[in-house]
Amino acid sequence: MTLTAADVDRIIDLLNASRFDRLSLEMDGLKLDLVRNGAAPVARPAPSPVAVTAPPAPPPPIEVATREAGLVEVRSPLLGIYYRAPRPGEPPFVDIGSRVEPDTIIGIIEVMKLMNTARAGVGGEVVEILARNGELVEHGELLLLVRPDR
Amino acid sequence: MAIRRIFVANRGEIAVRILRTCRALGIETVLGVSEADRASLGARMADRVLCLGPAQPALSYLRVETVVQAALGAGCDAIHPGYGFLSERANLARLCEAEGVIFIGPTADQIEAVGDKLRARAAAEAAGVPVIPGGAAGSPQEAQALAETIGVPLLVKAAGGGGGRGMKLVEQAEDLAATMDMASAEAEAAFGDARVYLERYVRSGRHIEVQVLGDGEGRVIHLGERDCSVQRRYQKLVEETPAPHLPPATRGAMHEAATRFAARLSYRGAGTVEFLYDVPRDAFYFLEMNARIQVEHPVTEAVTGTDLIAEQIAIAEGRGLRLAQADIACDGAAIECRINAEDPARDFAPSPGTVSAVHWPTGEGVRVDTHIVDGAMIPPFYDSMIAKVIAHGPDRAAALARLRTALDGVRIAGVATNLAFQQAVLADPDFAAGGVDTSFLARFLDRAKVAA
Repeated sequence: MTLTAADVDRIIDLLNASRFDRLSLEMDGLKLDLVRNGAAPVARPAPSPVAVTAPPAPPPPIEVATREAGLVEVRSPLLGIYYRAPRPGEPPFVDIGSRVEPDTIIGIIEVMKLMNTARAGVGGEVVEILARNGELVEHGELLLLVRPDR
Repeated sequence: MAIRRIFVANRGEIAVRILRTCRALGIETVLGVSEADRASLGARMADRVLCLGPAQPALSYLRVETVVQAALGAGCDAIHPGYGFLSERANLARLCEAEGVIFIGPTADQIEAVGDKLRARAAAEAAGVPVIPGGAAGSPQEAQALAETIGVPLLVKAAGGGGGRGMKLVEQAEDLAATMDMASAEAEAAFGDARVYLERYVRSGRHIEVQVLGDGEGRVIHLGERDCSVQRRYQKLVEETPAPHLPPATRGAMHEAATRFAARLSYRGAGTVEFLYDVPRDAFYFLEMNARIQVEHPVTEAVTGTDLIAEQIAIAEGRGLRLAQADIACDGAAIECRINAEDPARDFAPSPGTVSAVHWPTGEGVRVDTHIVDGAMIPPFYDSMIAKVIAHGPDRAAALARLRTALDGVRIAGVATNLAFQQAVLADPDFAAGGVDTSFLARFLDRAKVAA
């Protein structure tokens, strides 16, 4: 897809209505840089053959801090497509409020038509499901949160 | 078809190198990383990062299905495999072909054709590319006749041997029969296989390779050669172009042989045809073809002014060769030096760890390809190469002077490296004179031991 003039107008409106001063969009080989009037232009670093000034490594991702304490994160054991149900149209393996045991199947991770089962690994109650059905999850991605048995 | 989003299936400096060209071309990038590389420079540069699996390569970077699933799931239309890892796995190319993802490289069939030594040798012979003279010898009369065509010195090799085992040198033609008897008896005892064959012995050889680009339709161009004779246990340490003191007729014949070989395969993409150059005989023999971008590609880019990754992408898009042979001119000379996190004082043992501070040099004609920045981790699971310092100049002496100055400006704190060792290699008078053979580094190390 390409951007039409109307699309660009709409993006400008969005920027104007936002609290941001600058928008940088890269898609399909197209680069769009918008800077709001009066905002200090941000210098784009020139591509350098030597990577000497890269910023320090970002800290490992930290999950939202406002979450209920004591919840156990159930993560994907591998990269693949996450399915919540055994087959399309069937009820999901687990839902919010479901009780799980450590060996309860919580989903399927597909890697090139090979179906792998993901298990809870903990006993308790499912309080949140973060991974979306049919979408790619990476190795170690957070799938759901479980309130463990006391 | 224009490629809009590339999955980079590699790590380290080559991932950074590929990401850089993608960025310049306006192509979106998705980088597959292991758990150990989540905070790498490449991971910070890519538009999207996907963790493939744990640090061990067999559980992440070497998983063909996981890589293709990641590329498909992230909406990529092509995969760049870099070098090493999955770059020469025909099954990755084949799975890409089946799934409609562009593999930025040759076809699966071409990878197989060059990956099998016997098939590759047969293809070289069919293309009129010289291979090392030799062959099986049954009767003493056959052996004598074969030895006359090969010429002395020659090697008697055990068919069941390999890796330097089961070889005997014949210096005089009259010693052949006795040596063959002995070799055959020893081979029977050692390998349970008495068969031996003869092969020309190269007393002094240089590793010279030719960079080629093919459109997949039979059109192939070359981008000159690289001399990679400075090796320690088959690991290249310094590479340069052009090959010093190579007779012009030999150089031209090598370029033509490489082009012929690749054209016969209708080779697609960037590849390298490796030759053993027999110094005393001024002859060259086909060794193998590498069906990938190579570590040492920057020296070729320096003298030809090309971006080989961009050419790979253009070919993968089906745009064919954008350059004709006449467009390729080699300007001056370039030398590359590999910086490895390994300790020469401990027999080059890998030295993983955290780089607390690093400074890479800049300067006219100097290029550094690296993924190492302040605080970078060098995990113990992967290759120890952390950077390539490349210098280009109007001639070899100028390139060498620039490279030496550049290395003087390198600072790496936190891990042991071969930097000082490489500085000593570049300061060696034989290296400075140019044209050293593949045993140069072993001699250099022996001298260093004696001096110590």
